Amino acid sequence: MRLKIRHTTRYAFDDPVIYGLQQLRKTPKNGPEQRVIAWKTTVEGGVKELSFEDHHRNTVELISFEKDVTELVVRCEGEVEVLDSSGVIGPHRGPSPLWLFRRATPRTRAGQGCRALVREVKGEGDLDRLHALLRMVHGAVGYEIGVSRPDWTAEDAVTAGKGVCQDHAHVFVACAREMGFPARYVSGYLMTGDRVQHEASHAWAEAHVEGLGWVGFDVSNEMSPDERYVRVATGLDYAEAAPVTGSRMGGTGEALSVEIEVAQQ
Amino acid sequence: MLGKTANGLFWMYRYIERAENISRLVETGQRIALTRLDSPDDEWVSVMKTAGVAKAYKRHHETVTKEAAIDWMLRAKENPSSVLSAISSARQNARVVRTALTHDVWEAMNGCYMALKDALSRRVNERDLPAVIDLIKERTALVRGTTQGTLLRNDIFNFARIGTFLERADNIARILDVKYYVLLPSVYSVGSSIDNVQWETILRAVSARGGYRMVHGSQASPRDIAQFLVLDRKMPRSLEFSVTKIRDNLEYLALDYGDRHRSHELAEALKQRFTAHDIDAIFDYGLHEFLQDVLGSLNELGQQIEKDYRFYE
Amino acid sequence: MNESQTFDEMWGREQVLRPPYERFHEWFEGEDIARLRAKQREAEEVFRLTGITFNVYGRAEAEERLIPFDIIPRIISGREWQKLSRGIEQRVQAINAFLYDIYHRQEIVKAGRIPQEMVSRNDAFLPQMIGVKPPGGVYTHIVGIDLVRTDDNEFYVLEDNARTPSGVSYMLENRETMLQMFPELFSRNRVQPVQTYPLDLRRSLAACAPADVDEKPTIAVLTPGIYNSAYFEHAFLADQMGVELVEGQDLRIVGGKVAMRTTEGYRPIDVLYRRVDDDFLDPLNFNPESALGIPGIMDVYRAGRITIANAPGTGIADDKAIYSYMPDIVEFYTGEKAILENVPTWRCSEPEALAYVLDNLHDLVVKEVHGSGGYGMLIGPTSTRKEIAAFRDKLKARPGNYIAQPTLSLSTVPIFTQKGLAPRHVDLRPFVLVSPAGIKITPGGLTRVALKKGSLVVNSSQGGGTKDTWVLED
Repeated sequence: MRLKIRHTTRYAFDDPVIYGLQQLRKTPKNGPEQRVIAWKTTVEGGVKELSFEDHHRNTVELISFEKDVTELVVRCEGEVEVLDSSGVIGPHRGPSPLWLFRRATPRTRAGQGCRALVREVKGEGDLDRLHALLRMVHGAVGYEIGVSRPDWTAEDAVTAGKGVCQDHAHVFVACAREMGFPARYVSGYLMTGDRVQHEASHAWAEAHVEGLGWVGFDVSNEMSPDERYVRVATGLDYAEAAPVTGSRMGGTGEALSVEIEVAQQ
Repeated sequence: MLGKTANGLFWMYRYIERAENISRLVETGQRIALTRLDSPDDEWVSVMKTAGVAKAYKRHHETVTKEAAIDWMLRAKENPSSVLSAISSARQNARVVRTALTHDVWEAMNGCYMALKDALSRRVNERDLPAVIDLIKERTALVRGTTQGTLLRNDIFNFARIGTFLERADNIARILDVKYYVLLPSVYSVGSSIDNVQWETILRAVSARGGYRMVHGSQASPRDIAQFLVLDRKMPRSLEFSVTKIRDNLEYLALDYGDRHRSHELAEALKQRFTAHDIDAIFDYGLHEFLQDVLGSLNELGQQIEKDYRFYE
Repeated sequence: MNESQTFDEMWGREQVLRPPYERFHEWFEGEDIARLRAKQREAEEVFRLTGITFNVYGRAEAEERLIPFDIIPRIISGREWQKLSRGIEQRVQAINAFLYDIYHRQEIVKAGRIPQEMVSRNDAFLPQMIGVKPPGGVYTHIVGIDLVRTDDNEFYVLEDNARTPSGVSYMLENRETMLQMFPELFSRNRVQPVQTYPLDLRRSLAACAPADVDEKPTIAVLTPGIYNSAYFEHAFLADQMGVELVEGQDLRIVGGKVAMRTTEGYRPIDVLYRRVDDDFLDPLNFNPESALGIPGIMDVYRAGRITIANAPGTGIADDKAIYSYMPDIVEFYTGEKAILENVPTWRCSEPEALAYVLDNLHDLVVKEVHGSGGYGMLIGPTSTRKEIAAFRDKLKARPGNYIAQPTLSLSTVPIFTQKGLAPRHVDLRPFVLVSPAGIKITPGGLTRVALKKGSLVVNSSQGGGTKDTWVLED
């Protein structure tokens, strides 16, 4: 399937920005499961300083604010060809060693809540158990927009019993690692049947299964990703795969608007 | 040169100049106290006003005594303009700009700090005061001397000089403004003893007694004193002299960097005020108003230099 | 401690004058003690005036203290030095190869020479460095190898300092002071010079500039600021190299490079000799609370547009737990046996080792794996029963946090006291520069000396002093 994506982020500030940086991870990955046909990032009110590939093979772009701007617009757009591989991404490719994905991070440390979930997981074989986990997390943490905060941990979401796709992915990653699987967080785009416009990008999880390699699990939709899923950035948790990480001086009173369009070509 | 370094040099030399100026005011105050019989403690209020430290003093003290005033000006930690605070700040800035200083300047600065920290570690009693004042003058002179003798005449030197003369001009303008009324031609009859003491105070406070005598003889008149301290081009502690130096050093920077800024215009405009007027014109305009204008311009110029040469951002 | 068990570098074990000290001894015999006392005071005055101080924390007002300087030089023969420097070079090469491997394919882990947990559970391992090729292939541009001596021919490596080793300014100032005070000593002895260090450092750093930088790279030294304990050294090195001394606040990202704010605008930096720890280096990528760092510098680094010396993540190589594997590491990457020996080390994470250590605490030195500066360690033989008991509990609670070593009988070198010469224990930190052009070791290094009689703690934060260190031209 060929998907056309447009992702526009608009920041407006009450006070001018004195100096600031944004680290963007918004460029889709190239791999056996998907091919980037064209991709372009344009910035208004800022300058693209550089780009590089990080240790998760994410394309990272660093942009700086122009002095004294009160508005910054980042536009990413392009086309991606996605294959349906039933969520199987395949063998691990470096440079990060596989053991890195066993590391718990502050957001994905399994506590009582996650461990209780893991104890309930039943199934024959790795893949079965992971799918059981997928259903378990889907049942335990209801999808509800606006209840969770971006800095919530997996445990926070389990305790609250609700959250958004980011929380779902964190809980799944924390539990999968607790079960002994290397696991990672994925941020990306999802084409849905009902609409083209979205207010946020999507997030899901991947776990590494011996013999199969990386396999995707989308808790929010209780399924493994298919050809409607575009993988953008991966990491141990949200912090490493976030579309935007920034720091700035000045620029108080931020108003943010995000427009994402994902449509089949 | 780093903007931070320019800032550090500017302030290091401002503080050195300030320490010296304050010590001279203490010396003047002590001199008056010793030569007058009537309520000498009142005079310390005026001395502290000229030093710009009177308001803060009142926040920390209920009464004005000679001992407390001297202590406030020489060594109070709560007073950022006490000699000890100023020297500590100068040395702190010197540490920041260590790589821009020669070994000689750094050692003179560090030696100055160590000697004065020691000398001012406890209250200075009356008997030791002259020796302590001399030590301050001597140690700050050493910093100035090594600066003159060993620094390259590049941007490092220029920022040092701009700091020195901005502080000096500010200091003179403040002294004159606190005492301006005694210089007004019509207020007191010439030759009254009060005036003599006040004039003497002003001249002493800027180390100008000898210079004044050389230029104007032993007959002191308010007009001549004002002329000497505001407009004399040869007097190193006149406003005109200091402002010219600031302008000149800014011009050297423009020459070195090949770039002019708004601060060059401000400095030139400030300098023109002095060239365009004689002392009578200034009296006509109003000495107080003139000094207030100058203080305002110096402040604006300082801020503009900060901006033009990226001291902070 | 029985003094005869100790090897003295001037008098050996048998009170026979060792050859490197012959000329010095001859000179000393002819000296007037009162004159030397005056010289000792004079030296202190010079240090104070020059501002060669370190800041002490934990008080209301940061206090600046002098590190005591002892006027009696420590003397090493050219032959002794040759062997040492061969060993140091080998070790430093291995450390660099190890770092490259750890941040790339991790062959040493795959080969089973060090356990995976040593890396995966190590806080000093920096994932952001995975797959990064530092300019010139160099990770540790500046290394300090801490050595101790126990006999005529016995040297041990106590610690590798692969992050930001300090002390080189003392090495240089100590020599400068000695040259000024005792010029006659230097005409009698042919002492190998150390003064080229700043120039060598500058050349070495320049040789590690990013590939696309033309012949004259811009170098700067990054300091946490004037309140840092080693600020004097940062300023000293910048001054001696003739480069800018910058703080995080002076820097930002401009034109895809790290650039410093000058009076004429932003100017790009090619090589940054940083004296700021990894964690504080980049608030955007590491500790967001850090006010000392430069947001985005890691991005510039990963884009290959700046050299950071030492590279981020080198701490994995001088970690005390990794230390115990150094003989294997040297052998794995150089194919040779390690020339310099490691101090035998028990890893308390291993149950058998822990049992042994718990049984022998009174004989051992126990160190925290990530500690530095002599804090959080136990020196068994000089500790009270109570101290040992208290430490035993700490050790049992977190054994993986500790390693243990036998108490070595460190060599002594005489210091000058009110009563003349008296032996005191010493260590040695030679300084090594690494660049694609090669490895350069400054002859000598920093000798740290425990000024208290019998004491084995040489750290300046705990009452240690320093000496000039001579390597003779044989």
